[in-house]
Amino acid sequence: MVRLITHNLLACHAKGCTSNNFPLQFKDVQIVVRESEFNPDFLRGFIPKIEWPALVSSSRELGDTSLSDQLPEMLDDAFLKTLHRVLFEIHVEEGVMICPNCSHHYPISNGIPNMASSVTLLIRGLPYLASSWLNMKLANDLKIS
Amino acid sequence: MIPTPDLSHLKASDYETVYEPAEDTFILLDALESDSDTLKQLRPRLCLEIGSGSGCVSTFLGSILGSSEALFLCTDINPHACSCSVATGLQNKIPLNLVNASLADPLLWRLQNAVDIIIFNPPYVPTVADEAWTAQADRGIGGAWAGGKDGMEITNVFLPHVSALLAPGGHFYLVAVTQNNIVAMQQRMKDIYGLESQVVLRRRAGGEHLSVIRFSKTLAVKTAVFHSNTSNNEVL
Repeated sequence: MVRLITHNLLACHAKGCTSNNFPLQFKDVQIVVRESEFNPDFLRGFIPKIEWPALVSSSRELGDTSLSDQLPEMLDDAFLKTLHRVLFEIHVEEGVMICPNCSHHYPISNGIPNMASSVTLLIRGLPYLASSWLNMKLANDLKIS
Repeated sequence: MIPTPDLSHLKASDYETVYEPAEDTFILLDALESDSDTLKQLRPRLCLEIGSGSGCVSTFLGSILGSSEALFLCTDINPHACSCSVATGLQNKIPLNLVNASLADPLLWRLQNAVDIIIFNPPYVPTVADEAWTAQADRGIGGAWAGGKDGMEITNVFLPHVSALLAPGGHFYLVAVTQNNIVAMQQRMKDIYGLESQVVLRRRAGGEHLSVIRFSKTLAVKTAVFHSNTSNNEVL
């Protein structure tokens, strides 16, 4: 389940993409709203970790306009309930998240965002692959001579 | 006594593609349980598990802390594992938030000095050097155990990020075996990143000597924020 609380923590990590890579923009989304347990203490503790302008713009992309541009100073129950709904109850089940900088597409399927790339992993492993290839070659050369 | 998560929804066919909880999982559960009072006092708001597999460990952590007390984020390189983790969370009424990703790749940018508890039961089994990364790229079950040289190739890519991710006062739990050279690893983490650590549990299971190491970030320290993707390739 991609909820806005998780989306607010995700940035593009494509190679070389290091600025303007957050927040990822939603496209072609299918949304389901599900109730979840309201915990005001948790919300008060978590607010410092939230990038507010990103949350506001992303929630509006999903058609929710209940958050104001500025984080209110008074964190009363009415506000916290609104915030809870935006962060926790809007589930993006299908769709795409697009990097505003490099336009990399991260698909969401069955509520799970795919942010892994096999190519990146192989590149990361290259030093190891190279050294094991060299060792093999060395062993072979020794056998031949 | 915290009950072991109900995994009855997972079938034998799931365990063909996803690592089935075993002794290394259970030692991690036991370590978390014995630390449960400390963990609750920390009032963690953000927990992150790297490679959550079946979802057993984060679900257990959720039962310790309370399902709405923290956000439980999990990553796994294996898409089947992501689905299983979500299902295990649902089965036990602990909402787990899954991202199909390698290590903490998409979270590093945003989660600087922000994660209260990090958990990693890595692929720690020593294998031939190139097996670890090809297994990761396969995104299947092999990625759950193939650790390459000293069983440390994958772990070594994550360790440099731990201190930056952890909130002041936060903890990082890592499963390791003797071949991972635990003492040397602890020393490096202290020398380079200032993280103190302690082996909180040790156990012999079959041919493996398992340990759970807890690294802790002191309350006062904030680690300098880095914003560079190239550092993903850093190796200790």
